[in-house]
Amino acid sequence: MSPIRIRTKERPVSTDDRPQDPPANSASGRATVGTGPGQPVAAGPDTTGPDTTGPDATEPAAVAPAPDGPGGSGGRRAARGSAVRGEVSLRAPKLPRWAPLLTALVATAAGALLALTLGWGLIAFAVVSAAVYAVALPAWALVVENRRSAVDRLITTLVWSAFAIALVPLVSLTWTVVSKGAPAFSAEFFSYSMRNVVGEGGGIYHAIVGTLLITGMAAVLSIPIGLMTAIYLVEYGAGRRPARVINFLVDVMTGIPSIVAGLFAFALFSIFFGPGVRMGFGGSVALSVLMIPVVVRSCEEMLKLVPNELREASYALGVPQWRTIVKVVLPTAMAGIVTGVMLAIARVAGETAPLLVIAGSTDSVNMNLFAERMMTLPVFAYYSYMQPGVPPQFGVERAWGAALALILIVMSLNLLGRLLGRLFAPKTGR
Amino acid sequence: MSAPTTSPPAPPPARAKRRIGDVLFRGSTQVAAGIILVALAGVAIFLTAEGIPALRADAAHLAGESTFLAYAWPLLFGTLLAAFIALLIATPLAIGVALAISHYAPRRLANLVGYVIDLLAAVPSVVYGLWGANVLGPAMVPVYRWLSEHLGFLPLFAGPASGGGRTMLTAGLVLAIMALPIITAICREIFSQTPRLHEEAALALGATRWEMIRMAVFPYSRSGIVSAVMLGLGRALGETMAVALVLSAFRIVSWDLVSGTAPSTIAANIALSFPEATGVGVNVLIATGLVLFVITFAVNFSARMIVARSEKGLVR
Amino acid sequence: MATSIDVSDLDIYYGDFKAVEGVTMSIPAKSVTAFIGPSGCGKSTFLRSLNRMHEVVPGARVDGRVVMGGQDLYGSDVDPVEVRRQVGMVFQRPNPFPTMSIYENVLAGNRLNSRRMKKSEADDIVERALRGANLWKEVSDRLDKPGAGLSGGQQQRLCIARAIAVEPQVLLMDEPCSALDPISTSAIEDLIHELRTEYTIVIVTHNMQQAARFSEDTAFFNLAGAGKPGRLVEMNSTKKIFSVPDDPSTEAYISGRFG
Repeated sequence: MSPIRIRTKERPVSTDDRPQDPPANSASGRATVGTGPGQPVAAGPDTTGPDTTGPDATEPAAVAPAPDGPGGSGGRRAARGSAVRGEVSLRAPKLPRWAPLLTALVATAAGALLALTLGWGLIAFAVVSAAVYAVALPAWALVVENRRSAVDRLITTLVWSAFAIALVPLVSLTWTVVSKGAPAFSAEFFSYSMRNVVGEGGGIYHAIVGTLLITGMAAVLSIPIGLMTAIYLVEYGAGRRPARVINFLVDVMTGIPSIVAGLFAFALFSIFFGPGVRMGFGGSVALSVLMIPVVVRSCEEMLKLVPNELREASYALGVPQWRTIVKVVLPTAMAGIVTGVMLAIARVAGETAPLLVIAGSTDSVNMNLFAERMMTLPVFAYYSYMQPGVPPQFGVERAWGAALALILIVMSLNLLGRLLGRLFAPKTGR
Repeated sequence: MSAPTTSPPAPPPARAKRRIGDVLFRGSTQVAAGIILVALAGVAIFLTAEGIPALRADAAHLAGESTFLAYAWPLLFGTLLAAFIALLIATPLAIGVALAISHYAPRRLANLVGYVIDLLAAVPSVVYGLWGANVLGPAMVPVYRWLSEHLGFLPLFAGPASGGGRTMLTAGLVLAIMALPIITAICREIFSQTPRLHEEAALALGATRWEMIRMAVFPYSRSGIVSAVMLGLGRALGETMAVALVLSAFRIVSWDLVSGTAPSTIAANIALSFPEATGVGVNVLIATGLVLFVITFAVNFSARMIVARSEKGLVR
Repeated sequence: MATSIDVSDLDIYYGDFKAVEGVTMSIPAKSVTAFIGPSGCGKSTFLRSLNRMHEVVPGARVDGRVVMGGQDLYGSDVDPVEVRRQVGMVFQRPNPFPTMSIYENVLAGNRLNSRRMKKSEADDIVERALRGANLWKEVSDRLDKPGAGLSGGQQQRLCIARAIAVEPQVLLMDEPCSALDPISTSAIEDLIHELRTEYTIVIVTHNMQQAARFSEDTAFFNLAGAGKPGRLVEMNSTKKIFSVPDDPSTEAYISGRFG
């Protein structure tokens, strides 16, 4: 540790001395060479590579000043050398470009060796390999380069491994749902409800109907309210007190836990319809509570992106404010608004907890939002898993099938939103 | 722009006549904004109205506890513990991923990764729950066994290790994965908003990439990270289904992260008990929901305050 | 269809901040009047007060009178929207509506007010406005293409076409050439020269040669001092301003000694 620390401290000092104190060159030569072993004169960035392939590279570096030092009598070469010395050396020892790859190979090999000899699983192997890599590469950099660069390499490794770790659940989750859910898919699965089904068979038709109805109703409730509120905040309120209050309330609303939204809808409806109420519309209200703030925020964001110049251009043509908003501002922001709204719908379509509370669960198709229990996909998946019936494997299979169907719906809403956004985007035609 | 002149002598000019279209449109936006106010007031009022009877509930409806507080405390403990574990895991990961996207990955990969992380956010919570209970839990069993064998002297890993992996740590992990996209998205946004000039100034001083991030990016985004974490906490606190599916519900106070008897959370308890609850039992559950609402509100509120305070000081 | 504007003792405020103080001037009809002066002296603010555009900023208001065709623009029963139909405006940066085609952009003033018109009438207006803006030849074959696809200079002429399509009496231009290259600038200048026969044109410019080249009258604005409101220093025929101005500070500004 200590020699390296000295070297990093020494370097800037020596570069400072050099111009004003040429005879001291040999004394500070060690430091100079620390920044560039071999022939400092004729070196491109590439040639430093082979010199520094390993920890040994520091060894020649310490000896190197001799051929190049003040004793060197080759006139022209010495002149060029001193010219370089007179300026600042821009080269520093650097790990070759393939160093990370080599380290990764070694780390994988080490991990594999340990895993094979000790009989570990895949996860342990990955963890050990990553750990070896995270220690080895910075250590190597520490020896060849300097402490700062070693820290930099360590952090780079950590950042990328955080990234890799984050991908693991996504891949595992996708694989699990697809592999366990796909076998459940069949024509019957999508066209039958669970009415009078015990054991094998039955389907998610009633749940799909319920999800579409409840989510659709939630969208019908939320989009106008959300969009108009966003217009109020951006176009009319702009910084005044009522707008600030609404802004704050939207923030509060964003943070409402989904189950609390369900309880709210239940409390509200049980006051009007008596205790123990269950209806699809209540689910829509609960989902709206979750959806409105998302719609407000995304619409607000998009409206703010519309340049003020366009509003002014419209006003200058003698267009009243509301027509300016409807005909100029909204069309310009339409792409982003559509995307934002679709993402909001996709988000609430997967909500389970509020529907569990207020929409309840049933085995039959219910097309009426305003009466009786209504099944939805997430709730179906939940109950099929928690109460699979006898024998359990059919219920569990249906749970995974419903989960896959739900993911497909949510993802296609997601993609559709992005697609529509691109479709609505203003064309430049250039 | 300084030194305002003396206050104007004349009253403001009379308002011009208003157009009917403007009045109607403006009015309807105000109504929409008003609905938000009403809805939120409704949430508070109805939850309180339906929750108050819980304070007078008897032991029959409180799972044998004598007071509501005694009933709610273990659930609150479980909620906080699960959320805390989730954040402990999610925060460093999210910051790492956000950095990878904003400062390490090439642009095209960064866009792709950003999209993938957004997908992670779009996965319904019930699917996370199924995955946590069926895949993650069983996969973690050897780890739990190892932890309870070698670190069993710590109360956290006292064991005995769960055989099915349905433990507090599994729940925390699932919540971490669910909070990850939120925290990542906000951090990424903030990191990429770092003024280019600050970054280039740092690089021009000879900083390595990490030093640049430490000198230019982190100071700029500290409050943003804090609020991102708080918002993630808000999500982890209120998450219902994942916990309901992963944990078998016990209303206990236990620090043991690897045993099968783990404290349940408020939200999961509501989801599990609500379908069978009747009478005052429903009010008890609503009251716990109110507690959850107040806690998430406090967390979100302080997050916003932190952001608002730092925005005042930051000249962008 | 052009009219003169008489401004008397106009003060402009943003909230408590007084931006422009005590301007009295008379802008002649069917001519080009140029406003010059250092940055931040209130000339753009004053220009925007001539069609009540400054009211778009919350808290902005004025004291004083702006009389156009015998009516005070700030009279209590005057609708700012009507004012803006009579007094068109062209902005510093070209701002065609990105969602509209060239054709729709020109018609925007009519269509956005949902005036119903026949196709032939609409075609007429578009052609007349585009010809008036010297743009017809360049875009007549691609009227249905987005306006944002034109070059900067073409976009600015499109904005002028859009402004004259509603047949205003007055055309206000806020540094219309400052975001354009020299060739586009000269095209716009030629256009302004032609438009003066039909419109009262008021133009804010930082380019003194430009003001000297095509304006009949020039008004010089300046700050009364740091933190004080802007005011009108002098207004005279352009020839006089650029040769023997009344006020020494005008001469100093024009000869480049400050500002």
